[in-house]
Formats: sequence, C-alpha cells, structure tokens
Amino acid sequence: MEPILSLRGVSKTFGAVQALTDIELDINPGEVVALVGDNGAGKSTLVKVLAGVHRPTEGIIRFAGREVAMDSPAAAMKLGIATVYQDLALCENLDVAANLFLGNELSPYALDEETMEARSWTLLQELAARIPSVREPIASLSGGQRQTVAIARSLITNPKIIMLDEPTAALGVAQTAEVLNLIERVRDKGLGVIMISHNMEDVRAVADRIVVLRLGRNNGVFDRTTSHQDLVAAITGASDNAVTRRMEKKQ
Amino acid sequence: MSAPLDRADARLRHDDSLSGALRAFTDRIKAGDLGMLPVAVGLVVISVVFTALNPIFLVPNNLVNLLFDCATVGIISLGIVCVLLVGEIDLSVGSISGFASAIVGVTWVGQGWPIWAAVLCALAMGAAVGWVYAQLYNRLGMPSFVATLSGLLALLGMQLYILGATGSINLPYESAWVKFGQVLVMPPWVSHGLGLLPGVVLLVMGQRRRARRAAANLSVPPLAGLVARAVVLTAALEGAIWYLNLGRGLPWMFGLFVALAVALNYALTRTQWGRSVLAVGGNREAARRAGINVRGIYTSAFVLCGTLSALGGTLAAARLASSSQQAGTGDVNLNAIAAAVIGGTSLFGGRGSAWSALLGIIVIQAISSGLTLLNLSSSLRYMITGGVLAIAVIVDSLARRSRISHGRG
Repeated sequence: MEPILSLRGVSKTFGAVQALTDIELDINPGEVVALVGDNGAGKSTLVKVLAGVHRPTEGIIRFAGREVAMDSPAAAMKLGIATVYQDLALCENLDVAANLFLGNELSPYALDEETMEARSWTLLQELAARIPSVREPIASLSGGQRQTVAIARSLITNPKIIMLDEPTAALGVAQTAEVLNLIERVRDKGLGVIMISHNMEDVRAVADRIVVLRLGRNNGVFDRTTSHQDLVAAITGASDNAVTRRMEKKQ
Repeated sequence: MSAPLDRADARLRHDDSLSGALRAFTDRIKAGDLGMLPVAVGLVVISVVFTALNPIFLVPNNLVNLLFDCATVGIISLGIVCVLLVGEIDLSVGSISGFASAIVGVTWVGQGWPIWAAVLCALAMGAAVGWVYAQLYNRLGMPSFVATLSGLLALLGMQLYILGATGSINLPYESAWVKFGQVLVMPPWVSHGLGLLPGVVLLVMGQRRRARRAAANLSVPPLAGLVARAVVLTAALEGAIWYLNLGRGLPWMFGLFVALAVALNYALTRTQWGRSVLAVGGNREAARRAGINVRGIYTSAFVLCGTLSALGGTLAAARLASSSQQAGTGDVNLNAIAAAVIGGTSLFGGRGSAWSALLGIIVIQAISSGLTLLNLSSSLRYMITGGVLAIAVIVDSLARRSRISHGRG
C-alpha cells in the first residue's frame, strides 16, 4: 500500500537549535500512528511542520506520492491534513455550528445556516457526542465537549489525515474511552490518524504503529504489543532511567 | 418522521411558546448578554428627562434635525463597529472625516472638480489611510491604538495644510450635495413605503427560514412569533415615520445611513467575511488555524472604517455647507466610538452588530440635542457626554464579566 503521507530527511532548525533531524515518517490510510517522545523530543515541531505552521529547513514531504510544499495552515488543510491542537483553538464567542464550519462556511455570500446546523447535528450524533445544542456558544461547554467539537471540526472538510495533539490529556475516564472509540471510527473510515500522547495506555489501546522521537530524531518504530518498559526505554534513550528505577524501587 | 435533529437531547429546554421566549430573554440578560437593552432603556430615560426639561425636544422638526445629525457621525460609527469587532480601534476617524471634508472643499470649490470626483477622492483617501494602519499593524506589529493616535495628528495637519491660510471654504448652498445634507427629505409616500419594507422582509425571510429548517429536519420556530415581531416592527416604524412627517419628514441622508447599516449587518451576519471578522475578534489564533486570512480581515476592517469615516466627513461638510479647520475635531471621534459601544459592540472584540451604531448614535445625538436645547455651555456638554461614555464602557465591562461567569464567553 502506498503511504498517503511520507517524510524523508525532514529537518527543522530554530536559530542554533536543531529541533528535528532527518525525520522519516510514513502514514498509511486506515492506520493510527502514535507519535511519542519526551518533552522537547520534537513532537510539537513535527506536528507544526505537517500542519503547515512551520516550513521544514530541509527534507521532502510527499502527499499521495506527490512532493508538496506546505507553506501555510490553509495549504495543509487544502491537501487534506486536519489538525486538532492541544489548546483546541475554538472561538468562544461563536456557537458550536459556527466553530465547526469556521473557514469552511457553506455559500460564502449568503451563509446556509440551516444546512450547516443540520450537518452539525448529524456529525455530532455520528460521533455520539454529548453536546446539548449546536446553537450554544463554546464558552458554555465542558472540556470534553470542547475536545469533541474540535475533533468534529477537523472532520468537516473530509480530510485524508487527521492529527490529534494530546487528545485525551484533559479528559475523564469515560470521555477518554469515547475519544478513543472516535479515533477508531475515524480510522475505519479510511483516514490516516496521527496521535500524539504521553499516555502509553491510550497509545497502546489504539495505535497500529508507535513512532518514538528522541531529541528531534527517529528512535524506533514499535507496535502495540511492545511492552511499556521497552517504550519508555526508547523514549528516554536508556534502559536505566527514572521510570525503571521507580518501578524497581516499588518491587 | 423522527424528531427534529436539534430536539433529540432531553436535557435541553425549548423556549418555543411566548412565555418561553420571555424566559429565554431574561436568562440572557441575567447572564450578561445585554444586546440592545441598555440602548432601549437609555432612549426612554433621555426622552422623558429632556421632554420634561424642555418640551421642544420631542417636536417633530427637532427629531428631523436630530436624524440629519445622526447620519454623518453614525456612518463613521459603522466603521468603528468594524474595527471594534476585530478587537482593534481607530482613534483617528474624526481626523479622517475632517480631512475628507477638506478634500471635498478644496477639490470641488477650489479646483472646480465635479462633486462626484471630489467625494470619490475623499473616499479613496479614507481607504488608503485604513490600508496604511492595517499594514502598520500586520507587518510591523504596531498597536492600532498608537498607529491611529499618530494618524489623528498627521491627518489633522494635512487638513490644516490643504485648507491653507483662510482655514475655511464655503460650499454652494444651491448644490445638490449640500441640499442632500441639509434639506432633502423623502416624500411621505416614499417614507411610508420604505417603512413597510423591514416588516415584509422579516416576514418573507422568516418564512423562508422556516421552510428551509423544516426541509433540513430541524425544529421550526412558531409562525405566530414571527408575525407578531413583523407587526410590532412595522407599527413602530410607521408610527415614527408618521410623526416625523408632521414635521419636515424623513431625511434622505438618514435613509442612506440606514441602508449602509443594513448592508453592513448583512455582511457581518450572513457572509463568510462577517463570520471571519467575529472569529478574528474572538480568538485570533483559532481563526488563523481555521485557515482564515487574518491579515486580510484586519485590512478589510481598517479600510472599511477609513472609507466610512471619509464618507461621514464628506456628508458632514454637506451638512454644514463648509469645509473648515474645525471639521472632525472635538467630540466626533469619541461620539463615533461611544455610539458603537453604547449600542452594544464590545471594546474587547468579537461581539456586536451594525445596529449598535444606528441605535447608539441616536442616543448620543439625543443627549447632545437635549443639552443644546437647555442652553448649556459646551463645557458642561462635554462633561455629560464623557460621563455617558464612561457608563457605557462600565456596562460593557460588567456584562463581559457576567458572561464569563455564566459561561457565555
């Protein structure tokens, strides 16, 4: 199968800081790829490169086999890469429907409110989302509801790939399970999913492949059968690290 | 047929009936979503107080004069609404209007240009000034507060420069432009006909909206409420027009102002551009990530504000039949900003409407007209207008705090 998105030798420097070095990454359709790494491993930078926020200093990005230059978030979105950021970036003064369709409003010169509202309801019901009303401003929603709205918004444009930055970080147990179900539903629709998470349990629950970044470099690709210890070792770069020492102390 | 899409959630209260609508309204007010309420209350208080102090206040011809005055600053205030909605400010609208008025005087009377060319030239100047502010903001990160404050001085300087030593140019009284600004009123059949229009449009659009909602399997608001609103609106407008026609009648210039307000309202509520403006004002970063051209939105808001200010200035010149060094100075700036804020457009961005300029300027001009009728000195008038602006901003801030604590953003 041909990967929908592939990165070859992608590097990014900020002044003297080498944030990413020679990153290789392939995303296939219908696959959840988890991107894990310690703080400062370059996950966020990589996401921003893929979202068109940063331009890579070096390297090639291919989308559907074609070499592309994503020089703006709009360009990335146009290709079919949707991003849900950790800080969600919703407009609190607008209602749910307006946020879902923000930047993609139907009939720009005479907004089609009715179709947008109906599609908002349908989409949220498909995702089994517990949103009281799409005519409520975002400000009145809880954290989990906002996360759902943010994920739903990324699906409005029928993307090929969606990127989720810490999708479960702020959620309770039940809502986390719902979001993981949601991720699987999105994958089953044939989309590629890139998920960034610090939560190894969530990662192993849904990811088909786990890509580890360390200090801005590839540090191994694992699957969900990999043990927790091996993942932590890859993330921290040593089998002797703070996490294993703690676990040994406990035993 | 299954339940409408938006009625599937049992937790949501549905305010369909008349009492339900009333309950929803009081809930909104309590949560700090004041909308037009302060203006409505303000207008009633102002009318009662000033009529008690001087009965001439409510005489039809005084109200007609008031509407002539409203139109010029009101159009500037429409521009202010645009920049306030994106969360910025233009403090130089008075100077832009003054410079525009000077351009009209110099090119039309001084150079003998046709009036339309003179007005177009003034409008182009306004647009260019707005464009410069937007570039200073977008490219150099200069806060609009400072950029427009320096613009205020620079433009005032240009106004004084092109007016030259005489400092004042009289515009010909018999010209159509000055007549438009001073005396032209609609014949009664036109004004009454136009007065019917909003009610009819409300009814037709509302009915279309109901049909479309039904087609999309959404809940349909009751017809009775729609008809009631259309009837009340039409009765109020026709009553007001009848009363004005007892005097000179409804000014064409005010008609132009209302038409611009309607156009801006449509653009803000029914187009992608308007939605983007609100999004940029509400959360700039979210708007950028949604693929909105944030710089373009800022540019459009500043250019629109500059152009509308220039239009207001050229009309003010017609209203006074002169272009002078005083045009656009004094309280024009603050009146235009105060009108937008009093009408319910937030200084914090992302919240407001074109109607706020229309209603707000009527409040401001009513106060100004009432104080003039009381023969108060301008010192007192400035103090009172300043106090009213302070109260309006306090109401805005308190409402914002209440909205946040009630989870309405």
